[in-house]
Amino acid sequence: MTVASRDSVVDSELADFATLVGTDDPVCVVGGRTQWEVGGLPRPGTREVVAPAGVVSHQPEEMIVRVRAGTTVAALDSVLAMGGQMVALDPVDPASATVGGVLAVGHSGIRRLRYGPARDTVLEVRFVSARGQLVKAGGPVVKNVTGYDLCRLLVGSLGTLGLIGEVVLRCHPRPAAHRWFGSVEPGAVDPFAVFGRLYRASSVLWDGAHVWVLLEGHPDDVDAQAADVLGPGFAEVAGPPSLPVGGRLSLAPGNLRALSGVGRSGRWVAQVGVGTVQADEPSAVAAALSLPWPPAVAPRIVVLHHELKQRFDPDGRLNPGRLVAGP
Amino acid sequence: MTATASRDVPPEGTGPAVGPAAAGAAAGAALSSVGDLIADLGRALAPDRVRSSATEVALYRRDASMLAGEAAVICFPLTTEEVAAAVRVSRAHGRPFVPRGSGTGLAGGAVPTGPTPPVVIVTTKMNQILSVDPVARMAWVQPGVLNLDLSRAVARHGLHFAPDPSSQQSCTIGGNVANNSGGPHCLLHGVTTAHVLAMEVVLPDGSVVELGGLDPEPAGLDLRGAFVGSEGTMGIATRIAVRLTPLPPAVTTLLADFTSFEAAAQTVTGVIAAGIVPAALEMMDALITEAVEAFVHAGFPTDAAAVLLVEVDGLPGGVAAAAAAITDIARANGARTVRVATDPAERALLWKGRKSAFGAIARIKPNYYLHDTVVPRSQLVPVLTQVYEIAARHRLRLGNVFHAGDGNLHPLILFDKREPGVMDRVLAAGNEIIEVCVAAGGMLSGEHGIGLEKRDFMGLVFSAQDLEAQSWLRQAFDPAGACNPWKVLPSGARCGDLQDLPPGAWI
Repeated sequence: MTVASRDSVVDSELADFATLVGTDDPVCVVGGRTQWEVGGLPRPGTREVVAPAGVVSHQPEEMIVRVRAGTTVAALDSVLAMGGQMVALDPVDPASATVGGVLAVGHSGIRRLRYGPARDTVLEVRFVSARGQLVKAGGPVVKNVTGYDLCRLLVGSLGTLGLIGEVVLRCHPRPAAHRWFGSVEPGAVDPFAVFGRLYRASSVLWDGAHVWVLLEGHPDDVDAQAADVLGPGFAEVAGPPSLPVGGRLSLAPGNLRALSGVGRSGRWVAQVGVGTVQADEPSAVAAALSLPWPPAVAPRIVVLHHELKQRFDPDGRLNPGRLVAGP
Repeated sequence: MTATASRDVPPEGTGPAVGPAAAGAAAGAALSSVGDLIADLGRALAPDRVRSSATEVALYRRDASMLAGEAAVICFPLTTEEVAAAVRVSRAHGRPFVPRGSGTGLAGGAVPTGPTPPVVIVTTKMNQILSVDPVARMAWVQPGVLNLDLSRAVARHGLHFAPDPSSQQSCTIGGNVANNSGGPHCLLHGVTTAHVLAMEVVLPDGSVVELGGLDPEPAGLDLRGAFVGSEGTMGIATRIAVRLTPLPPAVTTLLADFTSFEAAAQTVTGVIAAGIVPAALEMMDALITEAVEAFVHAGFPTDAAAVLLVEVDGLPGGVAAAAAAITDIARANGARTVRVATDPAERALLWKGRKSAFGAIARIKPNYYLHDTVVPRSQLVPVLTQVYEIAARHRLRLGNVFHAGDGNLHPLILFDKREPGVMDRVLAAGNEIIEVCVAAGGMLSGEHGIGLEKRDFMGLVFSAQDLEAQSWLRQAFDPAGACNPWKVLPSGARCGDLQDLPPGAWI
C-alpha cells in the first residue's frame, strides 16, 4: 500500500466515529481492554464506543503509516512487515491491544531504550473532541514544528481530553538481526556495567538476579557485541522474561540500582537505562524504596491538569471517572 | 518612540508601532509608566541588569528574522527567582513579557510584540551547566547555555547533545526548547523534544513548576512534551534536564555529486525506501555548492547540479553496510562521484562546507530570506521544481541547502534590500513557496517554528477547530495572554488574512 491520498470512505468513517461520540452524554472509548484499569474504571453508566479500525496507508519510502485507532497492534505489524518496517509500540498483548489504546495509556514498550518512548512515535492525531468535532493535531511528516504539540499531550491522557480516531506513526526498518541474550548465573552480571558498555542496545532487562539483553541491527554488529561485551556470562535465549502485571513504576534510571535492596516485594523486571519497572506488587516496591504510592503530583501541576480538562472537556463527558493524575 | 530610529523606519502602509494608546487587557493590570516599571524591575533584579536606553531597547526589537517589534525594557535575570520576579513585575505593570535566548530564531518568535510594548526577559546570563551525570547520560543546564558549549563540555564523557541546529555555536538550549529545534543529525537521533527529560518552568503567573521528570513516565499528562516547541508562549524554562547521547563508535561521511537535482532527490527517496536511516542526509544545490567551495575549499564539485552529504553512524558493521548501500543507490541514480570520508579531519571539512552555507552565500548577495517547510520525502522533485520556477518568475536568485532525509526544505532567497521593490518580490515568492509545500501534503515549518512569520498561514494546514484546540493548551498555561502575545496562533479576527502582520511589527 503506497497510495498517499485519503479517500472519502476513510474520512466518512472518521466522521461516523465523531457522530457516534456525539455531543452530550458521558462516553468512553474501548480498545482491547488490555489495560482497562489504568487510571481507574469509567463511571458506571458511561456509554462505550469503539474507534474505527484498519491501516489506511503505509508508505515505506516515507517511513510513516496512517492507521485507525481501533486497529490491533498485531494487525498493524503484519501490514508493516510486508514493507520491511515496524513501529516500536510493543504492548504485552499485541493481538488484543489497539493502537489507540496503547497511545491513550501511553506506556512505552520494552524496546524504548533504542526506539524511544511511545509518544515519539506519533506524528499526527485525528481525535474527536468533547463537542463531537474532528480535530487534527500534528501532520503526516517526520519533522514538524507547525503549531502546538497536542499529539504528545494526548498520548497518556487516557481519553480524557479527546478520543483518538486515527494516527500517523513513524516507522522504523525491521532490523536484520534481532536476538535476545540472558545471563547464565544469577547475580553474576552487573546490568549497569553491561548497559554502559553496549552501544544502542534495544533492551536491557533486570530482575535482581538475571539480566536479559536484546541486540538488534546488522548481524556482524550483533555478533560482535554479543561476543565482546556480553561474553561467556550470557547465552542466547528465545525472548524476554514474562513481565509482572501487578503494576508499573517509573524511576530515574540512575536510581534503579536501589531495587537490589527491596527484599520480599514480589517479582519485578526493570528496564535498565530507561527506568520503568513492571512489578507484582508495585506498592510494596515503592514502599521499600521510600517512594510515594501512587506517585505524587505537585499541586500547581494538578491545577494545570484541571485548566486543560476544563477547556478540552468542560462538561467532563470524556472518560468520566478516569484520572490521569491525582485528584 | 524608539521604534522609528535610524534605518529601521517601517515601510509605508504597515501601520504605526503600538503606543500606550493601544494598551490592552492582555496583561491584566493597569498600564503604568515605563519609568516605574524600570524601577521595580531594578529592585527585583539589579539596576545594571535592567536596560532601557534607546540604543539597547532598539537592539532587542529584532531576532534573526526579517521582523521587528518594540520592547519597553530589557532585563537579564540570573536565577529562577529573578525570572519569576521579572514576570510578576511585568504583570503587575500591565505589561506582557517575551522570553529570549540568543535571538537566533528565524520566525520572529523573540520579536517583542503585544498590545503594549513588552518586557523582554533575556536568559543569556543564565549560562551554567549545573550538573552532568555521565552514567545516567543526562545533565541539568541553565537555559542560556549555548548548544555547542554543552556538547563540548560533555565530549570527555563520550557524550553529546544530539540536536545540532546550524546556529549551534550561538543558539541557547532554552531557545532550542522553545522551538523544538532540529539540525542535520536529528534524522536519526530525533529533535529537541526527544532529548529533554524535565524542566523547571516559570509559568506566566510567576509560579514555578517542574514539568516532566528524570524518570521515564512521570505521573500525569506530558506537559513537558506540550511545553517543548511552544515558542515561549507558555512560560520560561529556567533549568533544563537534557538527555545526552553516546558518541557513535563508527562514523562515515559520504559526498555524492549529481548532474541534476532530480537524481539527487531520487537518491534520497531510494535510501529511505531501502530501510536505511542515515544520521544525516543533506542536499545542496549548484548555487550553494559553488558559494561554499569558494569559501571553504572543501573539494566540493563546483560543476554539480546538486550534492548530497550523507552521514551514517553506529556500530562498524552497520555503518559499512549502509555506506556501501548508499554508494550503490547514488550510482544507480547517476551520481558522478561518491567520496567516502572516514577520517575525522576530512569529515570535519565536509561538514564545515555544509555549516558555512549561510555565511558563504553573502558573497553572492548581501541579504537572504531563509524559508523552512517540510514535505513528504517522495515530493522533493515536484516541489523543488516548482520552487525554482517561483524564484525565476519573481526574478530572484534562490538556492537550496536542506535536510533532505526528513523532507525539511530550506529554500534560500538571495537579494539586496537596497534594490527598490525587491522585498515585495521576496515576500511574494516566499508565500508561493509555502503554498506549494502545503499543496504537496507538507507542513509550514520543520524546525524554525511559526512565531510571527507564519502565524497567519496556520489556516492553510489547520481548521478553525484544530486551531481552537491548540489555543486551549496555550490558555491553560496563560489564560491572560501575557506571555509572548501574538505568536503562533492567528487571532480569530485575522484568521485567513495571509501575512497580515500585527501593528507594531514590520519587515
